[in-house]
Amino acid sequence: MASTSAMFDNKLVKWVDERLPIFSTMQHAGMEYPTPRNLSYWWNFGSLAGFMLVVMIVTGIVLAMHYTPHADHAFASVERIMRDVNYGWLIRYIHMNGGSMFFIVVYIHMFRGLYYGSYKAPRELLWWLGLVILVLMMATAFMGYVLPWGQMSFWGATVITNLFSAVPFFGEHIVTWLWGGFSVDNPTLNRFFSLHYLLPFVIAAVVFLHIWALHTTKSNNPLGIDIKGPQDTIPFHPYYTVKDMYGVAVFLIFYALFVFFAPNMLGDPVNYVPANPLQTPPHIVPEWYFLPYYAILRAIPNKLLGVIAMFGSILIFFLTPWLDTSRVRSARYRPVYKWLFWVFVICCIALGWAGAKPPEGLALWVARIGTVYYFLHLIVLMPLVGWFERPLPVPKSIATPVLSAQPMEKA
Amino acid sequence: MRAPARTLMAVGIAAALAVPAFAAEAPHPAKQHWSFSGFFGTFDRAAAQRGFQVYKEVCASCHSMQYLSYRHLAALGFNEEEVKAIAAGVEVPDLNDEGEAVKRPGRPSDRFASPFPNEKAARAANNGAFPVDLTLVTKAREGGPDYVYAVLTGYKDAPSGFQLQPGMNYNEYFPGHQIAMPPPLSDDQVTFADNTKASVPQMAKDLVTFLSWAAEPELEARKAMGIKVILFLIVLSGLLYAVKRKVWADVH
Repeated sequence: MASTSAMFDNKLVKWVDERLPIFSTMQHAGMEYPTPRNLSYWWNFGSLAGFMLVVMIVTGIVLAMHYTPHADHAFASVERIMRDVNYGWLIRYIHMNGGSMFFIVVYIHMFRGLYYGSYKAPRELLWWLGLVILVLMMATAFMGYVLPWGQMSFWGATVITNLFSAVPFFGEHIVTWLWGGFSVDNPTLNRFFSLHYLLPFVIAAVVFLHIWALHTTKSNNPLGIDIKGPQDTIPFHPYYTVKDMYGVAVFLIFYALFVFFAPNMLGDPVNYVPANPLQTPPHIVPEWYFLPYYAILRAIPNKLLGVIAMFGSILIFFLTPWLDTSRVRSARYRPVYKWLFWVFVICCIALGWAGAKPPEGLALWVARIGTVYYFLHLIVLMPLVGWFERPLPVPKSIATPVLSAQPMEKA
Repeated sequence: MRAPARTLMAVGIAAALAVPAFAAEAPHPAKQHWSFSGFFGTFDRAAAQRGFQVYKEVCASCHSMQYLSYRHLAALGFNEEEVKAIAAGVEVPDLNDEGEAVKRPGRPSDRFASPFPNEKAARAANNGAFPVDLTLVTKAREGGPDYVYAVLTGYKDAPSGFQLQPGMNYNEYFPGHQIAMPPPLSDDQVTFADNTKASVPQMAKDLVTFLSWAAEPELEARKAMGIKVILFLIVLSGLLYAVKRKVWADVH
């Protein structure tokens, strides 16, 4: 390690680095990291997700300075933030819409991984860590939505925590334990606030592992082939630092349109009515990013099976490295899977649409057909297509197609 | 193939039949033109001040606005003296130095005084119904300001055959059509200082403008900042794109 410290001119930096190599680690991981030269803009969404985590933690810490986690005061304290705290409305709207932005970015990041086979060997652990982050994000977002203590906060919390009552034998006890009482009440709000503050830091730790695994196996790329040598890669800095910064700027335009001009578009108006345990809203709907899972839950008439299917719809992704039997990673060279991928995307969107509607008529049928297809795609079609599909010839190396596309290449 | 297709068709027909039935149940509130909508929207101060007058003289006898303070009214163009006078015109519960409950004239720093001390008192005085707090009402209803305007102007005689519960009123836009609140507005109910004719639609429009400000007092600052932020981000994106192209020139 000491030898890498030699690259620093500054004596102090060198002195520190010889004892604790933070500077050389940063140099390796943040600047030299050999990255495939052919990453498309779909690869921007990883850094965007990291950016969103920072935005959420920073705005969240400021909000927590002004928020009161008590059933009698939470709603009013949020209104105080909106009205009397300097730029409180800005911080809250950044945080509130930030949740949606985080999920948009992470879902695109995951679909990119699915399309280009980024979960396949040797990146199984990288994929798993990403899924752990997703599950933690969902728990965090769910508990965060409870904090303003509006009608949908309260009833959403009631419905979702009640799902655990489907557990045979201990169900009711688990629910009472989660609530800290016999209904969703002040103790529930208190613990949700505590955990909502804790989990983002757990996410940050798993993100660290996720990046560590990434830097060990190196990034996948649109061709889905391995890095063969230095001609296939470019250093992360300045190439991808500048590309990621450009991505963040463009993404911020999209984000700002919501924050400044449609801050409540993605939320439910009912959540501006204070929580009332005696009055159930006509439609209890979760935030949009949970709608596909909500559709799966309600598509199945049996509560326990519905809950299993809902959690299974996420946990099943832990198995995709093995459910996908194709030797080829990138869907670019998989003529059949490529189409199935888009059908699966449409299936997820249709489930989301159905999740927003009351479970009756057309919406219920869309939810049922969508649920069946969702699992059919992941459990049956993925392995079968991998066996029967004839992939197109894959390029020999990353550098070959990149360079041959432009014969006049410079050194 | 046939059976699912037939099922789908049946479902489609059922849905098609259900939609108009639902539409008759609660018509979609008509879109109104609001001064505060759009990218450059601002609150029409004169309308909002008239709306405040309607609230004060009509709504405030039953509806609280507990998240507003009198000092907030300065944002509607009332000067300091006017705000003080408005606040002083209201009796506010407080404790005196002996710890006894007293009423005193309001101050600008006070929250809007609520007409009832608690929900039970409000229900007792209103035939069991609870007049909702109005601070957030335009934000807390599907359809927002359009919906609130539609309810305020949506009172009609109940169609024949409609079973109206005792003490309830028929309203075209209220869910279930039965609303405990009697028609709150009538022509020339208030006298506007600026000689605007106080028709029901006029009062409703002004009131909803005031309520929308109360729900989103930050709206003007938000949109003004948003324009600047987005213009800045467009320029920043352009610059970063140019830098990206330059850095990547030797790779492509």
